[in-house]
Amino acid sequence: MAEFALPANSKMTKGQSHSAPANAKNVKTFQIYRWSPDDDANPRVDIFNIDLDACGPMVLDALIKIKSEQDSSLTFRRSCREGICGSCSMNIDGTNTLACLKSIDEVKGDVKIFPLPHMPVVKDLVPDLSNAYRQLTSIEPWLKSDKVAPEGEERRQSPEEREKLDGLWECVLCFSCSTACPSYWWNSDEYLGPAVLLQAYRWVADSRDDHTSERLDALDDSFALYRCHTIMNCAKTCPKGLNPGKAIASIKSELANR
Amino acid sequence: MAKPRPLSPHLQVYRPQLTSVLSITHRVSGVVLTTGTITLAVWLTCVARGPEAFAVMALVVGHPLGQFVLFGYSVALFYHGMNGIRHLCWDLGFGLTIPEVYRSGYVVLGVTCGLTALLWFSVWF
Repeated sequence: MAEFALPANSKMTKGQSHSAPANAKNVKTFQIYRWSPDDDANPRVDIFNIDLDACGPMVLDALIKIKSEQDSSLTFRRSCREGICGSCSMNIDGTNTLACLKSIDEVKGDVKIFPLPHMPVVKDLVPDLSNAYRQLTSIEPWLKSDKVAPEGEERRQSPEEREKLDGLWECVLCFSCSTACPSYWWNSDEYLGPAVLLQAYRWVADSRDDHTSERLDALDDSFALYRCHTIMNCAKTCPKGLNPGKAIASIKSELANR
Repeated sequence: MAKPRPLSPHLQVYRPQLTSVLSITHRVSGVVLTTGTITLAVWLTCVARGPEAFAVMALVVGHPLGQFVLFGYSVALFYHGMNGIRHLCWDLGFGLTIPEVYRSGYVVLGVTCGLTALLWFSVWF
């Protein structure tokens, strides 16, 4: 049964406030979720006022600035800072996205930053993605071919066959979509969620894969697949502009038509 | 031993948007329809039982509160029906891009308002 309220140990309290330098003219306020495993306190929301005139344009730039100038204990994942690695996914201004692709200017008022929703928190903005990764492993996201690979060249596809993978291969596995999905919030123990189902369809749609039927058999489950109720928060939030909801509809359609 | 990890906020922080709001409305209207259909069955039973039972039911349904409930039932009926067609289109693979999802969402809301207004206009005037 879905639990709509936060458990007692997860309720947020007011945190500390950090002010911007006195001579700052262009100040923006960031409200950031904090939680540390090292003390007994509940999660809190800290306030950081920063000088935008001395900061890069993206939310990730602001987080890095806060970490280097105001509070070095602020913890978040980041790597490529250009939307390719998928590390800095978090909830910014009410929707999930990559901090490196989200411009500070886009946010009206305070910039509110939380970890990806409805996930166990490791520290601050770092969620525990173990369950999501386990689910990804379960769909066997690799090429399964019965044919021996041709000597010295790649496995060929026609341009049309290759085109079917567009909108699927670009996923960076940031899990913004899965953690935007209310159905995944309530059923993540069994429902695979949009990110993993998009990956599943990526292999179903691949002309070089010989195990399509077996893959579809594994997906044909009232919880694993059909907890998708076409809410479409996934496609709305994807920082790469992909459409997991459509990929899931394609899996359902493949199952209905075979 | 390490203390248990907290659950990150979800409903508390996620921005309500057309996608999720229309989805939860679909579910709520479905629940309303289920209870409304039971009321409809009671009404029909009263019709079958004769003039006395029908008179009681007519009184209940004619009361402003009864009218309000019927109004809510009709909104749920039209919304659930229209949005159901939207879901059927999606299941056939149509209209799944975000601009199309938004357009069809607004159309469903508009048609629901229109049909409800038409129904109650014909009831009262």
